[in-house]
Amino acid sequence: MIAPLLKMTGVHKSFGTKSVLRGVDLSVAPGQSLVIIGGSGTGKSVTIKCALGLLSPDAGDIHFDGETVTPSNADRIRERTGMLFQGGALFDSLTVWENVAFALLYRDGVKRSKAKDRAIETLAKVRLGAAAADLRPAELSGGMQKRVGLARAIIATPDLIFFDEPTTGLDPITADAVNDLILEQVKALGAAAVTITHDMASVRKIADEIAMLHEGRIIWRGPVSELDRSGDPHVEQFVHGRADGPIQPAL
Amino acid sequence: MTSEDSAVARPFRLIGRSTLGALAEIGRLTTFSGNVLGACVTPTIYVSEVLRQCVRIGFYSLPVVGLTAVFIGAALALNIYTGGSRFNAEQFVPNIVVLGITRELGPVLAGLMLAGRVSAGIAAEIGAMRVTEQIDALLTLSARPKRYLYAPRVIAATVTLPALVLVADIIGVMGGYLVAVGSLDFNWAAYLTNTWRFVTTGDIVSGLIKAAVFGAIIALMGCYQGDRSKGGAGGVGRAATLAVVGAAVLILASNYVLTSIFVRVGL
Ligand SMILES: Nc1ncnc2c1ncn2[C@@H]1O[C@H](COP(=O)(O)OP(=O)(O)OP(=O)(O)O)[C@@H](O)[C@H]1O
Ligand SMILES: [Mg+2]
Repeated sequence: MIAPLLKMTGVHKSFGTKSVLRGVDLSVAPGQSLVIIGGSGTGKSVTIKCALGLLSPDAGDIHFDGETVTPSNADRIRERTGMLFQGGALFDSLTVWENVAFALLYRDGVKRSKAKDRAIETLAKVRLGAAAADLRPAELSGGMQKRVGLARAIIATPDLIFFDEPTTGLDPITADAVNDLILEQVKALGAAAVTITHDMASVRKIADEIAMLHEGRIIWRGPVSELDRSGDPHVEQFVHGRADGPIQPAL
Repeated sequence: MTSEDSAVARPFRLIGRSTLGALAEIGRLTTFSGNVLGACVTPTIYVSEVLRQCVRIGFYSLPVVGLTAVFIGAALALNIYTGGSRFNAEQFVPNIVVLGITRELGPVLAGLMLAGRVSAGIAAEIGAMRVTEQIDALLTLSARPKRYLYAPRVIAATVTLPALVLVADIIGVMGGYLVAVGSLDFNWAAYLTNTWRFVTTGDIVSGLIKAAVFGAIIALMGCYQGDRSKGGAGGVGRAATLAVVGAAVLILASNYVLTSIFVRVGL
């Protein structure tokens, strides 16, 4: 068993009186693809923002590569991490290629012409042509913006990648290409990936392991082969997408 | 605690809470400003970002500042003429116009105009970046917002506002000159000679120092309010308003402090 690259233990996070995470335990190893599933608003995005130090947890430990992550050394984890934001979070004052190549330009000091070439290569991986490179993010469709965000997350070949709903808003063909891309990052390049998705086809294709977040905790975790016989009513309800079951909307 | 107690205590509690809130705000603003100013004078400085902001903040503010200056110079000349004629001192129009423009009205009015134009713009831009998670995205890409976003704006405003004020000084004096020569029957050559002989380096330099401080205030308030904004479009709008009000008040307050320092050191 390879030592986990990222390990979260007992992470709590509240906003005001609203307690969102109540002791989340998660770990992911290099070359492993972990998928987090769970109802809308259960705190999946908050979980990965805590892992990156974008939100500071109220309690709990986050270890990256054996080191405890604190606000002062969060840079170390970020240098080796890529992140696709749920809303894209593209820099709207920059062009598409400058967005994609941002880490190369501003962190790694790569020359602009070379960075642009690499940005165009990476855009091709998400099925965007070179013509998109000089546009502004506002000139792209929602699905195209998502793919630009994806390209920005993977361009610097990070060791750990967070994908927050990578296939939402994409047509099935592009979604499958994105799934392949995630698999390539993990299987060919050996990265650790944490993906949040509601798309069960995508879950089955990319996940090594699945973790289900419910009421602030991981209530089930297992390999993809056990997804259909988890024995957990929450997981079953989620997998089959049934409105009636133990998971009910908080009113 | 009985309800009577709390009724008596309520005003005190309100006063206490708002005092603590104000102190906390001052503390946050001071810490933020210290951090950003530190980033302005230590590597790495993103020069291309600084230049881009200089163009946005400085160059595009020229029309606003120029128009303000010409009208203020003209109105000032008229007022001084009227006031001066009460004790036969009309001939001092050029002297007082140049003094008033360079030491006070040039920097203060340019500062206030830019508090509206630039502070609000910066707050709205940074605020929009905050609520669309672009600031978080910067962090994940190991770019520090204070270095990549805030320091370039503060440097640009601190450098370009004195340049704008220098232009405002010239245009303001010209505004006074046009009115004096055009409608108050001043001799044009005598007006210019008087202006030139009277104005000192200290007048101009003190105004430029003020301008640099105001520039820093304008950009810092915009960045601070934008950075703190939350909650969508409404939050961004609120950030812009708070930035303009905060910058304007701080400009006027620091103008008084700077003026009294200049008076004391004889600048
Ligand atoms: N910055 C914040 N301030 C206050 N509350 C927040 C903040 N961020 C998230 N929350 C709350 O935390 C809860 C979890 O949010 P989160 O974005 O993690 O949901 P999610 O599981 O990613 O949902 P979805 O699948 O819809 O994206 C939500 O109820 C949300 O209201
Ligand atoms: Mg989410």
